[in-house]
Amino acid sequence: MKDTATGLVASTIAFSNVDGPGNRFVVFLQGCNFDCVACHNPQTIPGHAVEGDHAPLRMTVPELLTQIRRAAPFLSGITVSGGEATQQAGFVHALFTAVKDDLSLAHLTCFVDSNGACGPDTWAGLSPVMDGAMIDLKCLDAQIHQQMTGQPNDEVLASIRQLHALGLLYEVRLLILAGVNNGTELVQHTAEWLAAVDPAMRVKVIGFRQHGVRPRTPALVEPNAHELQAVATMLQAAAGFDICVI
Amino acid sequence: MTLDVSGDNEFEARARALVQDGSLGYDQKVRRLAALATEMLPYPLISAACEEALSKRVICDMYEGNAPFTARYILPDYEKAIRQGLVHLEMPPPTTLADALAFLQIMYSQVPSVTTYPVYLGDLDKVLAPFVDDRISDAQLDDALRRFWIGIDRMLPDAFVHLDLGPHDSRITRSILRVERSLRQAVPNITLKVDPSVTPDDLIEDAVLTVFQTGKPHFVNHPMMVGDHGDQYAAVSCYNSLKIGGGAHTLVRVNLKEVALRHTGSTDEFLATTLPHYVELTAELAEARVRSLVEQQHFFDTHWLATEGLIDIDRFSAMFGIFGLAECVNLLMAYEHAGSEARYGHDAAADALGRRVVERVAELVAQRPMPYCEGGNGFCYLHSQSGIDLDNDVTAGTRIPVGDEPSMFEHINTCAPHHRFFASGISDIFHVDETAVRNPRAVVDIIRGAFASGMRDFTFNLDGNEFVRITGYLVRKSDLAKIADGEGARHSSDYLAAGSENAYHLTQRAVKRIGCHERAPR
Ligand code: SF4
Repeated sequence: MKDTATGLVASTIAFSNVDGPGNRFVVFLQGCNFDCVACHNPQTIPGHAVEGDHAPLRMTVPELLTQIRRAAPFLSGITVSGGEATQQAGFVHALFTAVKDDLSLAHLTCFVDSNGACGPDTWAGLSPVMDGAMIDLKCLDAQIHQQMTGQPNDEVLASIRQLHALGLLYEVRLLILAGVNNGTELVQHTAEWLAAVDPAMRVKVIGFRQHGVRPRTPALVEPNAHELQAVATMLQAAAGFDICVI
Repeated sequence: MTLDVSGDNEFEARARALVQDGSLGYDQKVRRLAALATEMLPYPLISAACEEALSKRVICDMYEGNAPFTARYILPDYEKAIRQGLVHLEMPPPTTLADALAFLQIMYSQVPSVTTYPVYLGDLDKVLAPFVDDRISDAQLDDALRRFWIGIDRMLPDAFVHLDLGPHDSRITRSILRVERSLRQAVPNITLKVDPSVTPDDLIEDAVLTVFQTGKPHFVNHPMMVGDHGDQYAAVSCYNSLKIGGGAHTLVRVNLKEVALRHTGSTDEFLATTLPHYVELTAELAEARVRSLVEQQHFFDTHWLATEGLIDIDRFSAMFGIFGLAECVNLLMAYEHAGSEARYGHDAAADALGRRVVERVAELVAQRPMPYCEGGNGFCYLHSQSGIDLDNDVTAGTRIPVGDEPSMFEHINTCAPHHRFFASGISDIFHVDETAVRNPRAVVDIIRGAFASGMRDFTFNLDGNEFVRITGYLVRKSDLAKIADGEGARHSSDYLAAGSENAYHLTQRAVKRIGCHERAPR
């Protein structure tokens, strides 16, 4: 890890109910190793335009702790998201360690929200100070994954297995792009693969939404409620997943 | 204040309009005609300055009428009633659950209030506890309470009708929440008392899930309430916390926006002269009305609840309400710093000024003795008044204007410091984004945090819910639509709401995104 004393932070929010269990303070780190066609935060990826409002900040752990302390009475925990959180794993480690060492914050759980594209050492290093991870699986099919993100998915799949083995896998998220990754066969394979890892896994099925995404031709297609439900039904048929559709 | 019946015969015109109003039910007509009739009586004696402030609505008597003949909010001691029975109503103490529910239903029909419907139905988990043991299954309990619930909604169709639960968990509490979720009625309103060290998270979560469905319950900070009232207190009507076996004689309120509009000069002068002047006029109004109720109408000498010891005048006080703090602060900021656009809820200096105004009012009210107010140790209870249907262009209580609220975290930080001053209740309504439905624990976290931060009352609406809180009470959106269509509605509070909804643009209240919506699922 390079600089672990400061992190490049895209933004923070004091209250979130969509980034892990309970109410959470979320730190969005700047920078990502994927370049997803469906990315809603393209400004967090290097090389994409950074507008005034979004200019990332170099922040120290104590600076973040000051913000977290104000919100702490209202929180179950904190979540580091992105961009890609594990790109700044050293900083994440320093932040989580500081939270665990602070008497007024030690009750907060520390979660990572990640695209899963990092090596096993990253999770091994973070595991003593983290309490859970939410991992995006953009696609089980390597080729489609490559088209969707510009990168292969072998690290993602390994991360999901490794985190489950560590008892740290909180949730796997499937982003559904209509006509791209919701084919029946593909979804069935995905369900089988996930069930082999953990048949009681928490799975969040997320419909892609145009809002905030870079324009592109041909345009990406939002799945309708029916298509999303179809994915959920196929998953549920495969195993006793704890499924949530949004 | 007395109605002029000679000139254009407004009285006759209003009486006729009432009897001929096709959208009012029979009961609603009778009640409104009675209110009209008391306007024929002279107003309690007040000074010319007080009368002037009242007629300009700088201060307000909540249109309670010229001759108060019932205390505004009455909290009968139902536990005592159940133990000793009712002489006036010839009801012996009940011995079974069915008896107890019938007993209560009969008693409710005879409890007076300014709305004519009882504003307090008891701390039902405790009142019913002696009648629920292992011989009654959960299914039987749900069944009995379900019938009782339907009766309350149909016979007491007013959303100010209120009951309390907690802070301890119980089978009755859980059953009531289940019945609430299955019936989805506007009535009764409910408060859950939360004691962080006693109330389990999963009970708060059960209550949060109930709010998602029905907009109820409201949550109160039990240790803080006990500190102000002792443990025999309840939240009634829309967020008025008062003593059980007591209540409030009256509610008067001062419109801080109107006070600020009548001020020229510095903030210091406002706090030293203008504000005390109007606080005293409000107190004068309260005293005149309390004396009229107690000394002229002899309410406490004559009503059976008092003579049977189910209420005690020594557990009553008067409520001193304030509203329009937001506009008051914004005006004072502009007077003090020409051209300042600092807004309450968005600017640290404006928020600090808001606290100074509230502290000053609290100090003045705590120095103004009030007769027959032993419940408040001889003084009024301070109340952050949540508004009525006639309020236009002024924000309820100490709230941040509708649609102008900051993020929920900042909103709580602005409001929380006020809460300790308002022993008889304060409501800041938060709107929670629908994503919370999948993560109710997040709301539990926020409720716990709010109380740890010194909030007294916490209530939230779920965005997209069929139920909408207007000023403090609940209505169904479909019922509002019926009034707008001229069809009429079954609950009397719906009519207040129809006016209020228009005046407040309440449906525009900023949705508090405890999750960040714009940011995307990745
Ligand atoms: S992994 Fe997330 S942040 Fe990175 S490019 Fe993909 S969608 Fe954007």
